[in-house]
Amino acid sequence: MKPRIAILAALGAFIVGLSVATFAELKLFLPPILRGAVVTLQISFWSWLLFVSLSCIAGLGRWQRNLLVRWTATVYIEVFRGTSLLVILFWLFFVLPEFGIIMSPFVAGVLGVGLNFGAYGAEVVRGALTAVPKGQREAAIALNIKPRNFVVRILFPQAIAIMVPGMVNLTIEMIKATALVSAITLVDITYASVQQNQLYFRTLEIFTIALLLYYCFAQFVRFGGAALEEYFTRHLAKRR
Amino acid sequence: MDWRWDFTFEVVMPRMIEAAGVTAWATVASFCLALVGGLILMLLKQHRSVWISRPTTEFIEFIRATPLLVQIFFLFFLLPDFGITLPPLTTGILAIAIYNSALCAEVYRAGFEAVPRGQWEACVALNISTYRTFRDIIIPQSLPPIIPALGNYFVAIFKETPLLSFVAVAEIMQISKLIGAEYYRFTEAVTIAGIFFLVMSLIAAFMIRQVENFVKHRIVR
Repeated sequence: MKPRIAILAALGAFIVGLSVATFAELKLFLPPILRGAVVTLQISFWSWLLFVSLSCIAGLGRWQRNLLVRWTATVYIEVFRGTSLLVILFWLFFVLPEFGIIMSPFVAGVLGVGLNFGAYGAEVVRGALTAVPKGQREAAIALNIKPRNFVVRILFPQAIAIMVPGMVNLTIEMIKATALVSAITLVDITYASVQQNQLYFRTLEIFTIALLLYYCFAQFVRFGGAALEEYFTRHLAKRR
Repeated sequence: MDWRWDFTFEVVMPRMIEAAGVTAWATVASFCLALVGGLILMLLKQHRSVWISRPTTEFIEFIRATPLLVQIFFLFFLLPDFGITLPPLTTGILAIAIYNSALCAEVYRAGFEAVPRGQWEACVALNISTYRTFRDIIIPQSLPPIIPALGNYFVAIFKETPLLSFVAVAEIMQISKLIGAEYYRFTEAVTIAGIFFLVMSLIAAFMIRQVENFVKHRIVR
């Protein structure tokens, strides 16, 4: 464990050195970057809600027996997984107005990120649903449990425990992906850093701060996810 | 709806095809670099000395937890400060390669850890040379989990190349942006870029499945 402390100390010294070296300008360029961080967090929050609900819907849809529902889900997943997020964002922001649908950059960003990651999440959900033993369904039929109750009470509680690690990874990926919304004129961390870099030419400091901010968000999600996983698997841990 | 086919075929397509070459080159080059870089990072991570393995682990963690776009900007703006002036395409390829080598390192590690310990011990017991141990025993067994994962990263890299448009590399996304700015018509160019990515990823996913089957049946009997 000793080297870890040494590395952390070195990292800390580096950051302190950086902030001392740029103390006068730090208070010039830090506030805009922090304002960008707020935008990043807002977009992350809303697109996370969209992403989780879409992945549950599409994951369940792909698992249905109704052909129309299954095909719709499959097409959605393949289209949004196959295209690049940046292309989707551009399409939402620059092409949809041609068809008469005009969105604010914020809405377009949330929609783009949410739709894209919903498609990835759907696969995680589907994988978790298939991982629940088949006997559970048969038992539910034998006990005359309504299909809807089966999904809500039996299938999902078991599937959630399986899908948490995958969803946590995707959430981290999603927070990283929100950097792309700077392409559609939203001033998030990335865009703010580029702007401040053009103003003050403190490349090393500005982009180190930006990277560290994203790193902190990711670590936060990772620890939160570990706690969540523990919560959802608590009944499994007891049995062991 | 306002879609013009003549504009699509006369203006958009020729420039898009040219740009597709840049995208393809960026994908292949950064994938090859990432394969090698991932191997190096994996070996450094497994190094006996904690002073080498620890920083490598933290480095991989850091690279994985930060957005590629910011890393591209970081390299793009920072390298000139150190007197290294590279064309944007090279900087971009480098950034994508570093990002993905951190991911590939994990794939390699998982692959090698999937080989049971007893295999190594058996090789020592049977006095098989290190080279032949790797060539005939370890690598054939670790390939089946590695290859599909690497294939997925190939597709992921392909879908990451539009990020290079942020540093003005003339790949597909940048060209469609330019066409949009020149003619003030985004519809055709951006839609075609989207279809291009969709079709290419579907083809790539199909090919990965083929390779996966091939590896399963041919290399591991």
